[in-house]
Amino acid sequence: MLSRVAERVYWLGRYLERIENSARMIGVYGNVLLDLPRPAKLIWESLLATTGSTELFAERYSRADERNVVKFYLADKTNPTSILMSVTQARENARTVREIVPSNTWEGINDLHLYLLDHLDAGLARRGRDEFLTHVINACQFIIGGLDSTMSRDAAYQFLSAGRYIERADMTSRIVDVGLANVFPWVSWMHGGEVPDGSQSPYESVLWMSVLRSLSALQMYRRLVPERVRADEVVTFLLQDRYFPRAVAHCIHAVQESLDALPNDELAVAAALSAVRHVRDADIDAILARERLHEFIDGLQVDFGAVHDAIEQTWFLPRSGRE
Amino acid sequence: MKFSWKNYDPDGFYDELISSPGYPRTAGRTVARHIRSLTPEEIRERQMAAEIAVKTMGITFTVYSQGTNIDRAWPYDIIPRTISGKDWDRVEAGLIQRLTALNHFIDDIYNDQKIFRDGIVPPEMILESSNYREACAGMKPKFGAWAHICGSDLIRDRDGTFYVLEDNLRVPSGVSYMLENRKVTKRVFPELFEEENMRPIGEYTTHLFDTLASLSPRKLDYPEVVVLTPGIYNSAYFEHSYLAQQMGAELVEGSDLFVADDDCVYMRTISGPARVDVIYRRIDDLFLDPEVFEPDSALGVPGLMRAWLKGTVALANAPGAGVADDKAVYTYVPDIIRYYLDEDPIIPNVETWRCSEKAARDHVLKNLDKLVVKPANESGGYGMLIGPAATERERRAFAKRIRSNPRNYVAQPLISLSTCPTVCPGGIEPRHIDLRPFVLQGARHYVTPGGLTRVALVKGSYVVNSSQGGGSKDTWIVD
Repeated sequence: MLSRVAERVYWLGRYLERIENSARMIGVYGNVLLDLPRPAKLIWESLLATTGSTELFAERYSRADERNVVKFYLADKTNPTSILMSVTQARENARTVREIVPSNTWEGINDLHLYLLDHLDAGLARRGRDEFLTHVINACQFIIGGLDSTMSRDAAYQFLSAGRYIERADMTSRIVDVGLANVFPWVSWMHGGEVPDGSQSPYESVLWMSVLRSLSALQMYRRLVPERVRADEVVTFLLQDRYFPRAVAHCIHAVQESLDALPNDELAVAAALSAVRHVRDADIDAILARERLHEFIDGLQVDFGAVHDAIEQTWFLPRSGRE
Repeated sequence: MKFSWKNYDPDGFYDELISSPGYPRTAGRTVARHIRSLTPEEIRERQMAAEIAVKTMGITFTVYSQGTNIDRAWPYDIIPRTISGKDWDRVEAGLIQRLTALNHFIDDIYNDQKIFRDGIVPPEMILESSNYREACAGMKPKFGAWAHICGSDLIRDRDGTFYVLEDNLRVPSGVSYMLENRKVTKRVFPELFEEENMRPIGEYTTHLFDTLASLSPRKLDYPEVVVLTPGIYNSAYFEHSYLAQQMGAELVEGSDLFVADDDCVYMRTISGPARVDVIYRRIDDLFLDPEVFEPDSALGVPGLMRAWLKGTVALANAPGAGVADDKAVYTYVPDIIRYYLDEDPIIPNVETWRCSEKAARDHVLKNLDKLVVKPANESGGYGMLIGPAATERERRAFAKRIRSNPRNYVAQPLISLSTCPTVCPGGIEPRHIDLRPFVLQGARHYVTPGGLTRVALVKGSYVVNSSQGGGSKDTWIVD
């Protein structure tokens, strides 16, 4: 398999995952607003923080209100992580590896691109947004389903899969981070900075549920933890659960398994293993008690970066060989 | 109200489907009957269904315009063009004859140059051609084949005779659209395939792979064949990717390949370097190797010519093959066929004047209002003058260009193009078409049954190029 193709398939996986995650997040953030008293501004700002887009957004928009933030995530051509740009990138990548991926993958991505061009305006309006986002998510699931059921588990598949899971691990870790960094202050603000000992704000549960929902994790979490939704349980579940496919531990283990199946994998597998251990062996309760979760997640993201770098260094075209 | 062929009038042109209003040709009977059974509304619906199919199948071509590339849906017309098997067999023999002779010719001019000594073709015309590659002199590719994949453009005059309008021996494109058109027709008119026996075309990529594999310098059951593309922004990228996929070959860009110290070509893979045996290159000669040709080209592979000349890798088409598809060489092809094969040409050329010759040039300049003048080295319908359609001013400007560089121009009478019923905004109307069959030559020959039919969608127009508003049709050879 060509190094260049490996790289494009890997990025195809990352973009597909990013599109679906973005659509889920915007949908959930829009919905959680309906449950909460004003002001909602902080919620939208926390969404920007999740994706590390606060600065980019501030360069282009003066107000982080719903209209601007949704536009930024759906349709902004200057935002490289907007759904429109991710789909465009996924399509370009799929186009260059069209002979590698099953033909219905290309058709599905092409279809999604056409849909986006035709329905962006409807998606920006509040009334049409749900239908629009549902369509985008379904289209991604359709594409992934096609890959899953028709693509040989060859090297191309492993790169695609590694790309998807590393993107997903990254996204889940960001969402947990922001849940903590932004939800708590917001809750404190709601209560004038005082949260009575031992009791939960009525909104804390709502917000953690929205965090879970943005990862489609609420249902699976409920089966595991049938009580009230609590921060420590949610964080442990989203970071360390082995069986939930969006939990960081599961994702990074899946990355490691994909890399294991590739030639000359020593460097990249070592990086993935170190990330797996890092997340799996952590004492989440202790970290939370010491309020070090943000630093811990920063450390995880450094790990993901190291895995990505190892993949790039091992299998992709050398920088000098690129156009 | 169903459609009636009585109201369809090709106006004196040779129509592929109808011999005279109301009377379909034998090969077109099934198609004509089927169209007749549909209402205009149903025909429009089928055309729309086809356009949606083209979109969702992602059949596109790229137009370069004002600095940006636009990916457009491939234009396809639902009414197939039919040709009788008997007519086709003759065309097929003619195409094989032509490519065989052209390959003899190319091999000769880069080696013995007998044809110059025998005075059939003037040497200066070849040696001064912008497509002659000094670097190829002395090379002897396998089977004496330089042009392995050829796309010749054929037209039919008023009496139905096929003529060769031009040969494309460099990087002819369009074959993927021929294959995809058939798939779209199957989606739109599945019932027609039960009633009619048209020759299948789907084997092309198998034959292409066999042809390419036969060129391999190493004797292997599965030599490493790759398709070399300039990349995603090339107008034919869809086709490059399509062919690679169909053949199960790697689609590579220049940066994927390198020539090692052993003068062999390798591709960079995730398991390390892998030796390449045959390169189906879809980039022009001049971009192949910056060490020999354009030094700034990033599309090619440094050292590729060295590897090819040493025989460690095969290139298809061979560098330098384009010297024979020059429109000035075209005029000599009938002589070339007689010279090398001792046979008369089966498919005639269109009468052509070479502006390099004074008598011919005077004739051309005097009759600019009746002639079509083409630059010898351009493709895609660019830079040509259609005399009868041009203004006096345009003709004067063109005359100047001819005088300043006569070698670069040839002229032909405005030959009629046959018509074929086509779905137009106002209903089914005749539109002019041409045909590009694809011919392969390696260890063996192969000709696609039919080819890519291109159609000029504007009433009365002869411009069939998709880059200039042309469309396409499925082509059926009917026995």
